[in-house]
Amino acid sequence: MSRKCLRLDRVAIGELAEVGLAVGPGEIVCLSGASGSGKSRLLRAVADLEPHEGEVWLGGQAQSDTPAHRWRRQVMLVPAESQWWADRVDEHFPERIDDDDLESLGLEPEVMSWQVGRLSSGEKQRLALLRGLGRQPAVLLLDEPTANLDEATTQRVETWLLTKVRILGRPVLWVAHDKGQIARVADRHLRIDGSRLVEEAMA
Amino acid sequence: MNVIELSWWQLALAASMVVVLAGCTAVMQLGMSRSLLVAALRTVVQLSLIGLVLEALFAAERLVWVALMALAMLLIAGREVMARQKRRLLGGWTFGIGTLSMFLSSFTVTVLALTVIIGPEPWYRPQYAIPLLGMMLGNTMTGVALALDRLTDTAWRQRAVIENRLMLGEPWQLAIGDIRREAMRSGLMPMINAMAAAGVVSLPGMMTGQILAGTSPALAVKYQILVMLSITLGTGFGTLAAVAVGSRRLFDSRERLRLDRLSTPRP
Repeated sequence: MSRKCLRLDRVAIGELAEVGLAVGPGEIVCLSGASGSGKSRLLRAVADLEPHEGEVWLGGQAQSDTPAHRWRRQVMLVPAESQWWADRVDEHFPERIDDDDLESLGLEPEVMSWQVGRLSSGEKQRLALLRGLGRQPAVLLLDEPTANLDEATTQRVETWLLTKVRILGRPVLWVAHDKGQIARVADRHLRIDGSRLVEEAMA
Repeated sequence: MNVIELSWWQLALAASMVVVLAGCTAVMQLGMSRSLLVAALRTVVQLSLIGLVLEALFAAERLVWVALMALAMLLIAGREVMARQKRRLLGGWTFGIGTLSMFLSSFTVTVLALTVIIGPEPWYRPQYAIPLLGMMLGNTMTGVALALDRLTDTAWRQRAVIENRLMLGEPWQLAIGDIRREAMRSGLMPMINAMAAAGVVSLPGMMTGQILAGTSPALAVKYQILVMLSITLGTGFGTLAAVAVGSRRLFDSRERLRLDRLSTPRP
């Protein structure tokens, strides 16, 4: 599987203008900023879910030259609030999920046969990560992937994600609030300040 | 067979009984008397006027007048589709989609029924063309209005689901597939129900009218079957076109869900 670099070239959406950024294979870049500063919207622009200025590149492939659904399949955005539309959990997964992965995330294998209504918000969040990664994307855009989790589970999810990202060599843009989390997972940390991204020193 | 003539004083008798009904609801303070009377009055005025128009139209029997009448009916139906939406597509798209899909389906099926099946001389003979088109348009209008309303309103409410499915890399047709099916269903349900209940629960109005006017039940039944099948065709294809174009309009060329193309509902 090829390892590609994600590159943003003068992307502008909402308040943000002229965002330039490159994320290498296996690199995790954390994005932080006050609520409403446009973190999620920037991810939506990268996934091409909202009209925006500028170009996004995946290796040598331009966003605007790729059919939109094929782009999103490669540049996978996992939202903070995931949605589950079918009756059973496993109907949302085209392929079988490894029990090991479920266990690493602190989920029991039976969860796949549950009715969707039984899922807690924390379970939904972890399953959404599995669902996104199961599509085998080339890039991951994670919007607060541990927002609904307790501390122990948060660390479990971080460990699992880090391992996957390192093995698969995927570029990751990760929206995070928690300073501790950023220190644990990020290779680089960017903060949204008005219309710009400011590089923060890593501890 | 001769039709028994109805005179105005006989209608006045029926009207006076509606007034009695309105009086009763007023006495019992049920608050319906006013709208009851207004609606009854509208029926009398609107139908009397259309009676005059039809008399003139039947006497003239000219294609251009029939076509003008059909056009007026189509535009009014298009306006009605728009008025029945909670969230319209902005930029005249709802009116456009509604009118176009009704034109394509109702007009085609009506012309087909007139030329190929019924075959009056000339084919546009207003006694056949106008009532047939009226029934087609009326039902297609209901189907198209219901389907578009369901489509846009459900898309609005389920925006998070649609977008999540887009994020997973689904093409727009798949992401809105469930909602399209629901919209199609609500557009066609009234007609399917009407066909299922026809003759068992309800005697359709047109057939009843023909029988009252002296047609033999066997012939009236044949006309009714023809009309119901044509209406189903018109409603079905009209709704199909409206749902296809309407759902496409909810997405842009980059397959993004564009709910900013919908109006906000009036309070």
